[in-house]
Amino acid sequence: MELLCPAGSMPALKKAVAEGADAVYIGLKDDTNARHFAGLNFAGDKLLKAADYLHQHGKKLHIAINTFAHPDGWRRWQYAVDTAVDNGADTLILADLAVLDYASNKYPELDVHLSVQASATNTAAIQFYQQHFNVSRVVLPRVLSIHQVKQLARQTSVELEVFAYGSLCIMAEGRCYLSSYMTGESPNTAGACSPASFVRCQETAQGLESRLNDVLIDRYQPHENAGYPTLCKGRFDVEGTVYHALEEPTSLNTLELLPELMQCGISAVKIEGRQRSPAYVEQVTRIWRQAIDACARDSSNFSSQPAWNQGLEAVSEGRQTSLGAYHRKWQ
Amino acid sequence: MQYSLGPILYFWPKHQVEEFYQQAMQSSAEILYLGETVCSKRRELKTKDWLSLACELAGKGKQIVLSTMALLEAPSEVKTLKTYCDNGDILIEANDVGAIQFLHENNKPFVAGAAINCYSQHSLQRLLKLGMQRWVMPVELSRDWLQKILCGCEELGIRNQFEVEVLSYGYLPLAYSARCFTARSENRPKDQCDLCCIRYPNGRQTRSQEGQELFVLNGIQTQSGQCYNLVNDLPGMQGLVDVARLSPLSVDTLNWLERFRANERGENPQRVERDCNGYWHNIAGMSLAT
Repeated sequence: MELLCPAGSMPALKKAVAEGADAVYIGLKDDTNARHFAGLNFAGDKLLKAADYLHQHGKKLHIAINTFAHPDGWRRWQYAVDTAVDNGADTLILADLAVLDYASNKYPELDVHLSVQASATNTAAIQFYQQHFNVSRVVLPRVLSIHQVKQLARQTSVELEVFAYGSLCIMAEGRCYLSSYMTGESPNTAGACSPASFVRCQETAQGLESRLNDVLIDRYQPHENAGYPTLCKGRFDVEGTVYHALEEPTSLNTLELLPELMQCGISAVKIEGRQRSPAYVEQVTRIWRQAIDACARDSSNFSSQPAWNQGLEAVSEGRQTSLGAYHRKWQ
Repeated sequence: MQYSLGPILYFWPKHQVEEFYQQAMQSSAEILYLGETVCSKRRELKTKDWLSLACELAGKGKQIVLSTMALLEAPSEVKTLKTYCDNGDILIEANDVGAIQFLHENNKPFVAGAAINCYSQHSLQRLLKLGMQRWVMPVELSRDWLQKILCGCEELGIRNQFEVEVLSYGYLPLAYSARCFTARSENRPKDQCDLCCIRYPNGRQTRSQEGQELFVLNGIQTQSGQCYNLVNDLPGMQGLVDVARLSPLSVDTLNWLERFRANERGENPQRVERDCNGYWHNIAGMSLAT
């Protein structure tokens, strides 16, 4: 089982390697990837250095080109594919039909993984991408229960990758437009959800208010931890009851599912967080490396260590974690 | 301009669905979409009921299209999808690429629904090769974006090979989740949801703590908090859009259809101050450009 870790910068990438990642995924410095944030990602010399560094250490480089090409920007997506290949990417992570078509025709030998942004959640969709674009692996959206993941693993011949840890996206990825509804920018069109440029936090008489494009997402009392106003994690009013109508600020953590994931033949576990710090990458990679090694040694006696969970909670959104959709009760 | 009535996105009792389609058959809509697109537990009409309703309505002067689920997870859902895709003559709206896979295998044409991610002329070209004959634009795209895509289609020589449909009235489907937000709003787990969606024929309104309408909870689907309404934007659709879709809220939606028709060239503008149209104008979807 491959441990696939995120890197938004060279220091993060080096930490991932030092702590035992088998592969690292990155994005290019433009809107061709779904973490298009200022000060993040790779271009030019840095890209080449990242590839060299990983290959010198016997690790693989995955490059995410996982947004959808704009009608007047097609060359940018083509160029991203060419640049990634020329700089030694081992694998491209793609979502757009047109980009998949371009990459699989121009580079028939290239290893292509289907991005979570393509939202393939069932056998027919997986067959579609296998048959038409020869994808070798599918990254599953965070909407499936562990039972459904196992069913898919039995019914498909493609490699499957699942999200193991990180920010919990509660909607089928690639099919959520809540962010553009509120701000005009979404993961699909702009490579970002709840973009920072629309965020405003203000101390008021009623408490600390966090807003996205002027919409009140949440209001915190002095004893509460204020979080980033991700729009699906605010407290809203449904016919008189104020609560986290969609989801609480929380992170996904699947450590305890590791034996089941390993047993059903999941090829890779992915750590979310290209936008996070090198210290986050270091901490999360270290814990997951230990857990995977322990589980591989003796999966029947594997149990998730309290120290691991505490370590992960410390870097989690809202300092709490969840099994998300893997756990049927969450749904 | 042609007009279509989209699939009913909410969970209505069977008799209400049948009544709606009886009235819809008397309306001036050229195209009717039928079928459950949100949740496989909503079975007031079962697969065979939808198929027989579609057959019953077909051949009476309107194009009948069966619309399929957007988020398919369980093998049973995929099996139902295959049953629809294997039907004889009724055109299918694919809302997941799984449907495109089945229809392509069967060599059948299809409508690419708004939940299929298609953002450029190059993706459209790929869908055309697979059998697409009508494209419903993703809800978050604007007139500018559409114009650019269609210019690109001219360059590729494919502009005349498909129709363009735009969701123009109703609450916009904005997200799909494993979680049922309506069940959650009643403090029920999804597996014991008691089919509670049937109590909310237009979903559950969700507001900010300041009372601003933000979202509508519709089972596993999250919709726009305000009604999207392009009635006053119809003149700008000339030459770009072939079909304007109205998403049914109740029988009253048929009155809106006539208001749309009456304002095609801007001759009967409507008051829409409580609605939104931002996406079409390339700004935040919830905004209203006047």
